[in-house]
Amino acid sequence: MMWDDVGTAQALPAPSISKSAARRGAREEPVLVRAGLIFIALGFLLLFLFVPLASVFAGALRKGWEAYFAAIVEPDAWSAIKLTLLAAGIAVPLNLVFGLAAAWAIAKFEFRGKSLLITLIDLPFSVSPVIAGLIYVLVFGLQGWFGPCLYVHDIRIIFAVPGIVLATIFVTFPFVARELIPLMQAQGTDEEEAAIVLGANGWQTFWRVTLPDIKWGLFYGVILCNARAMGEFGAVSVVSGHVRGLTNTMPLDIEILYNEYNFTAAFAVASLLAMLALVTLALKTLVEWLARNQIRRDLA
Amino acid sequence: MSIEIRNVTRAFGDFVAVNNVSFKVASGELVALLSPSGAGKTTLLRIIAGLETVDRGEILFHGEDTTDIGVGERSVGFVFQHYALFRHMTVFENVAFGLRVRPRRLRPSRETIRDRVQALLKLVQVDWLANHYPQQLSGGQRQRIALARALAIEPKVLLLDEPFGALDAKVRKELRTWLRRLHDEMHITSIFVTHDQEEALEVADRVVVMNVGKIEQIGTPREVVEHPATPFVAQFLNLDDHGPAWLVEAKIKHRGYVLAIDKKLGHAA
Repeated sequence: MMWDDVGTAQALPAPSISKSAARRGAREEPVLVRAGLIFIALGFLLLFLFVPLASVFAGALRKGWEAYFAAIVEPDAWSAIKLTLLAAGIAVPLNLVFGLAAAWAIAKFEFRGKSLLITLIDLPFSVSPVIAGLIYVLVFGLQGWFGPCLYVHDIRIIFAVPGIVLATIFVTFPFVARELIPLMQAQGTDEEEAAIVLGANGWQTFWRVTLPDIKWGLFYGVILCNARAMGEFGAVSVVSGHVRGLTNTMPLDIEILYNEYNFTAAFAVASLLAMLALVTLALKTLVEWLARNQIRRDLA
Repeated sequence: MSIEIRNVTRAFGDFVAVNNVSFKVASGELVALLSPSGAGKTTLLRIIAGLETVDRGEILFHGEDTTDIGVGERSVGFVFQHYALFRHMTVFENVAFGLRVRPRRLRPSRETIRDRVQALLKLVQVDWLANHYPQQLSGGQRQRIALARALAIEPKVLLLDEPFGALDAKVRKELRTWLRRLHDEMHITSIFVTHDQEEALEVADRVVVMNVGKIEQIGTPREVVEHPATPFVAQFLNLDDHGPAWLVEAKIKHRGYVLAIDKKLGHAA
């Protein structure tokens, strides 16, 4: 899965193929085959990744910059941007803490029910986002378990901001934990034990020994978690109720704008999400580069 | 500080790693826990350090029960088998760690810490490595740093888990002579765990030979070599081929009388 391959790439510097091996490989394949393979790979990349991305920006700017900015500062779009930032702003820090705590428990301690906990952490990945949203409707909705009670006390969760935040937290829960568990398991508990024997308390051990060892993996997990938190559609769509200006996040707003044939505005908001993706990619590359540099410095 | 291990038992599921073990280590002594791999000696060492709990029995430091004393308060220096150096810290920071994490009122000043770390690095003969990271060091160097780090907190007891296990033969010989000398200078009560009989016999004041959780014999290197208490000890110390042989549980019957024989027969080929 996604976090698996990028995770290892992040944890270890990519093995560099020696020059002689590359030359030998080059002699084995005819030029035509190589050119063909490169062409297919590049063509595929262009067609399925670059062209759609470019078309988003082209669509957004079709009526000029003025229309673009007007679409973004339009009150409903602006409120969708704020809501998306709010949901991510709550979900990401919480999942940072939850993920860190879960990974710490799973990687550093032995206890009953550990595999059950691992399965539970993976649940949001294995469940369709629509079901994830539906769970909250069934629990907190008017016809749900706690719905009537919440209604009496005038607490709105479904079709309101809390529901959106809850659904976002649920969907993005595994990112940080999944990134950290293999990393922390590989590092074992030796260093922590050494710290404790040397007189460090739990807090000092965590801040001075555990956290510095996992900081790049943690940062990476947070980037992925944030990207998903801002881009989530399905689960949020179920609990949101699509009230424009109130419970619409950016992805939901894009859908509505698009369905209203308001293409410029839809693409303008979409371009913001696309830019988020680009920023995420840039950050991810930066993190990998920094981590690799540190490993290189350590080995120098 | 003296250490007493009293009737200590520790089991992991069905496997009894330490089975009713008792022995004493006098203050300033260097004792080797010798046994084949997987015979519970590392568990025992971790119990003494407080990293592992006991099912039964107690560990006494200087006559006082340590059951309620936390790992960090035991003032134990522990050298891990794979050194467990903090990978993101320089050698200097590694050695300084134990002093820097002390509560503020007990923490030495920056200058004191710096001086002490430098003195320790000099003592273990790697003061020129202060700004290196653990990954940049050889096994022998890491071992020395691990020892310096353990000594930084001025422990009353030093515990070493297979201290030379991960080193190549030449470095291993060098380092153990050096460790013996260091111990003679510092006189810190020390226990080290090993599966290498040569190492135990050469370095330790006394040797505790263990087999699957139980003590087979305790004695000076000379005693265990010359008078192995059990066949296991004799076999494990490789004394079978050239050492003295015993006839065990032999009987001679003569007209209804039974004579038991327990006599040394001299050297067997």
